[in-house]
Amino acid sequence: MELTEIISLARELCQAPGISGREEDAAAAAEKLLAPLGAVERTPLGSLLCTVCPGEPGAPHLMLEAHLDQIGMVVTAVEKGGFLRVANVGGLDRRLLPASPVTVHARDGRYAGVVASTPPHLSDGKEKPLKMEGILVDTGLSDEAAREAFAPGDPITLDSDFVEMAGGLICSGSLDNRAGCAAVIAAARMLRENPGRCRVTVCLASQEETSGFGAATAAFALAPDLALITDVTFGDGFGVKPQECGKVGGGVEIDYAPAVNRQIFDRLRELAREKGIPWQLYAMGSRTGTDTDLIAASGGGVRCGLLSIPLRNMHTAVETVSARDILHTASLMAAFAREVQE
Amino acid sequence: MMQVNWKQLEELTQLRGISGQEDQVREYLIQKIQGRYESYVVDDMGNLLVHKKGKARPARKVLFSAHMDEVGFVVTHIDEDGMLHFATVGGISPSVIPGRPVLVGPEAIPGVIGTRPVHLLTPEEREEYAKVEDMRIDIGAGSREKAQEMAAPGDMVTFIGPWRELGEDAVLARAIDDRAGCALLLEMIQGELPWDCDFAFVVQEETGCAGSKAAAFSLRPEVAVVVESTTAGDLPTAPAGRQVCRVGKGPVISFMDKGTIYPRDLYEQVTSLARGAEIPWQAKEGVFGGNDARSYCSSAAGAKVAAVSLPVRYLHSPNTLASKRDMEDARELLALLARELPRG
Repeated sequence: MELTEIISLARELCQAPGISGREEDAAAAAEKLLAPLGAVERTPLGSLLCTVCPGEPGAPHLMLEAHLDQIGMVVTAVEKGGFLRVANVGGLDRRLLPASPVTVHARDGRYAGVVASTPPHLSDGKEKPLKMEGILVDTGLSDEAAREAFAPGDPITLDSDFVEMAGGLICSGSLDNRAGCAAVIAAARMLRENPGRCRVTVCLASQEETSGFGAATAAFALAPDLALITDVTFGDGFGVKPQECGKVGGGVEIDYAPAVNRQIFDRLRELAREKGIPWQLYAMGSRTGTDTDLIAASGGGVRCGLLSIPLRNMHTAVETVSARDILHTASLMAAFAREVQE
Repeated sequence: MMQVNWKQLEELTQLRGISGQEDQVREYLIQKIQGRYESYVVDDMGNLLVHKKGKARPARKVLFSAHMDEVGFVVTHIDEDGMLHFATVGGISPSVIPGRPVLVGPEAIPGVIGTRPVHLLTPEEREEYAKVEDMRIDIGAGSREKAQEMAAPGDMVTFIGPWRELGEDAVLARAIDDRAGCALLLEMIQGELPWDCDFAFVVQEETGCAGSKAAAFSLRPEVAVVVESTTAGDLPTAPAGRQVCRVGKGPVISFMDKGTIYPRDLYEQVTSLARGAEIPWQAKEGVFGGNDARSYCSSAAGAKVAAVSLPVRYLHSPNTLASKRDMEDARELLALLARELPRG
């Protein structure tokens, strides 16, 4: 697969908004990409399921999973002067919000807005980041028009452009985890062309950033024998210590954690070596902080492997990954799916 | 109501020009005034000084001034990881810097101002803004050698802030401070004037008003009207007495700021002209900020100064919010001043 195909997949997925619990637009974009690969269904919580390889009788059932949702905010109240009170959806960095451009997804369409910042003459020079309760979104609308247009529950996304940078890096505000979704869809395309014995179902799960319930319930419904989960991880950006992160552009990161099945972890490493796929390792002693934690414990238990894509500036409007790392992740998932026997 | 040329303002806000590197803005303006001026010079500092003939010779020599530069950053060092260290050019709050996309150098290379992920911050770190000296720009270089092929110390770094219309009457864009002033002066030059006037598009306002000092010395105006942007604090969380000015309530006229005490007679004249013509205006209700007026009032033998500012929210950020109606009212007020102030 060409790198340009990966970049175009990522672009299409990143440009569709979908904060946790309100993944509809992102789901529609993903569904368009999945439809040629198999029948797509939506779970009650808004996760997408698509069986891309029916598999041979008696062969195991493998789930390829990435979460579909992104962080954002939600309107909690309409203030006077066309300002909105908001709550965070997922782990937002309040230090980065002032003067950030946003889009409010109201019932009758999208509205541009900007997060208010404290004017310098009102600050004592020792300004601290506001608590979420103090954050306001400025819509430029009058009182009346704002009360007409907005209601508590309207989702808000941080605006960002999809930018191609030097060195094959791509930058966008929703690469956590549309990068993972792109890898899963790319792997599914590779498997459609050249399948293995096993049944393969793609799951793009809702609500990872807030609870993981999208993946947990989808895993219960599918009851797969094995799962490969793909999410982003801390990349070697500014302010991150080498021991805390993977290297952006350093290949697919194969992760170890207690919830990761040891045989799958070992096999992924061997496969990467055999196939010449650039890879790196990372080990965690406890929770992975990904959907793996809940999928592994779903039903009577699911054997899981976790592949991560290193990403700089996580949970900002300038999340940055290497398109090559997405491709390597997809290649390793496809290689694993082709040869898994039990 | 006078219609503002919004396309021209949009184009001006999208030009990149930090203090000292205003070339793109100056070239744009020179191209746009073709055939509409008597003479112009670009002085050694880079100020664009335009003289335009009106229908008659004025009793008082009046100058309208706006600054071409915007706040931004300059590359200071490239480290071994290929990350760019930078300094701010002009006053920018550390709260609006990290986690933003930027353009680096004359080739406008895309970069991002990186940040440690929120997940890895201590509870204390989450409650403090990062310091500018602790921030880096990532251009995807990966090594010093690669980065040196793409950028160098001294290169300008600018915010990205597309022109977006919002609400009933507002626009959101980068560099409205002070491309809005440039746009208003440009339209005066493109139109007809009753009296001869001078126009100064000055450099380096954001770093201490150096450009206007030179312009004041060269042009020796008797009256200088500075056309600017000023911070509106009209948030629902700010008490009325601390809001200073409000978006949508008309251009702001200053009686005093941190750089200038505006002469009372000219302040009275300007405000009573606005009142007489029923042009909405508001006083700047606070002694904050400063602008090129301080150069004009104190250079050479001095001049009478007035400041007409657009009330804007989120000044010196990638996304400044302004009202179109305020812009139109400012344009009307400036036309009135060009008609009345040269009379003496």
